[in-house]
Amino acid sequence: MGGVKSIPSPAISADERSHEVDHPSSQIAHFGAEQPLRLDCGVDLTPFQIAYQTYGELNADRSNAVLICHALTGDQHVANVHPVTGKPGWWETLVGPGRPIDPKHYFIICSNVIGGCMGSTGPASINPATGKVWGLDFPVITIPDMVRAQAMLVDRLGVDTLFAVVGGSMGGMQVLQWTAAYPGRVFSALAIACATRHSAQNIAFHELGRQAVMADPDWHGGGYADHGIHPHRGLAVARMAAHITYLSDAALHRKFGRRMQDRELPTFSFDADFQVESYLRYQGSSFVERFDANAYLYLTRAMDYFDIAADHGGVLAKAFAEIATRFCVVSFTSDWLFPTSESRALVHALNASSARVSFAEIETDRGHDAFLLDVPEFFDISRAFLQSAGKARGLKDG
Amino acid sequence: MSVQEVLPLGGLATGSSGQFRADHLLVAEMVKPGSKVLDVGCGEGDLLQLLETRGIDGRGIELSREGVNRCVAKGLAVVQGDADTDLVNYPDDAFDYVILSQTLQATRQPRVVLENLLRIGRRAIVSFPNFGFWKMRLQLLVGGHMPRTENLPATWYDTANIHFCTIKDFVQLCDEINVKMERSVALDLYGRPVPLNLPWWVWNMFGEQAVFLLSRGGGK
Repeated sequence: MGGVKSIPSPAISADERSHEVDHPSSQIAHFGAEQPLRLDCGVDLTPFQIAYQTYGELNADRSNAVLICHALTGDQHVANVHPVTGKPGWWETLVGPGRPIDPKHYFIICSNVIGGCMGSTGPASINPATGKVWGLDFPVITIPDMVRAQAMLVDRLGVDTLFAVVGGSMGGMQVLQWTAAYPGRVFSALAIACATRHSAQNIAFHELGRQAVMADPDWHGGGYADHGIHPHRGLAVARMAAHITYLSDAALHRKFGRRMQDRELPTFSFDADFQVESYLRYQGSSFVERFDANAYLYLTRAMDYFDIAADHGGVLAKAFAEIATRFCVVSFTSDWLFPTSESRALVHALNASSARVSFAEIETDRGHDAFLLDVPEFFDISRAFLQSAGKARGLKDG
Repeated sequence: MSVQEVLPLGGLATGSSGQFRADHLLVAEMVKPGSKVLDVGCGEGDLLQLLETRGIDGRGIELSREGVNRCVAKGLAVVQGDADTDLVNYPDDAFDYVILSQTLQATRQPRVVLENLLRIGRRAIVSFPNFGFWKMRLQLLVGGHMPRTENLPATWYDTANIHFCTIKDFVQLCDEINVKMERSVALDLYGRPVPLNLPWWVWNMFGEQAVFLLSRGGGK
């Protein structure tokens, strides 16, 4: 029997990662005691900070601002090289010169969500009251909390009405929350591969991920920072499980099949014989380099709690009553995390609210992740939607 | 059965004119500028585009994914959906007009669809190919096979059209469910309106397609 190799330690130290937590290599908006963030759990978070990036210029009448909302493990580095991984921005396919969301036409804002670990206040930040890392003392946050914090940032940037709010997955949830909470401030909304509530199956997958983190002996009840370690094994397992849900059977089969990794025959061990195994291990280990385990717990929880209809007496259409925002909803055929049926329910509610809504389902075998990949049909639709909204908004070009 | 009121044509629907289909031009002429319109079965959005040039706030439903994606790519507000199943999700009086253009014959339940149109919209505009058209009759009578025309080229076994009707049949259905016909126009083979002073059976014989502007009857 060959030896069993577990998930390797991250190449980047906890110190390097924690530097980005409090001193990110991006712009930061500080909110002092006079501007607390009122959280759904009843706590006023103060002081706090939001890390963000902007691209392009705000026009004279402040009508061309586009807010990009990132997904669960994304951050503010939507269209620039990531300071930790050195990789291109996570939505470089959609955002950037010549892309559907072009900084030549729009003032693009992307912030790290509250509760994150890339410069916005979260469980990995230092609690000013104790001088120690927050850990599990950090209050539980929700999608509406994230959006409330974003609204404060948008205010700070001098933008009243956003031309567009755009996001996929958890970012799509934020888009919907923006339109429901601030209908007058969102001219157009592009909600991709998302839902108005997190399904039981998705909550189940998140619980699996959280339990993997908590089962890691290095987690120390969330207090791992005090021990100078990081529960990277548990977090990597959580990421591996989640990553499977982002793909589809067909995409995995096309990419890997049952092919072996660097060998012809099985080793009769628990080594990564199959390519799909090494791929997942790589996904897990590269994720722990840039992400904090407790932040993962908090952000998955925020998604679990999300249910727009519940906040409006169980009637989804009420969340979007009399809304003037122009919507475009996009789903992908092979997305089993946020299947088309969920988008369709949203579209029905928007129709019932008489909202101006477009809805397209894109044929692809690439699963939930398709929204981050190069899918030309999706870009064509995004571009056309924003262009027609831009025309209605009186933007020169877009 | 009668055509209650026949208004004069504005001169628009005189044969196929340029890029727009004759029946689309006729439909667009029936819609008051500034109104809110739902086009059920909007295809690739040609009619919606025509309506938008007239300042009409248009929405669409389309069954085919390719059609929807083309519409959205044109910047139109169109959702993927099925006229037979999705209309129930639309609230009463949501639109000024609901249009069903060349789609009635492809629905499973034309009567239910028609009722829904007039629940969602204060008015409905319905256009359909007339199966009473002389060429259709001739093909069945002389040729002994299911008719096929330039506009309806599919063979009987692979057509999406499952509920053909004649102008006469449609008028009967409207009477039955107490729908008021505000205006009706039959177009001949060349997209020209069949002269209005001709007797009713001429329409049913020489109308290749028909366009009806409907509203709710008073007796319900």
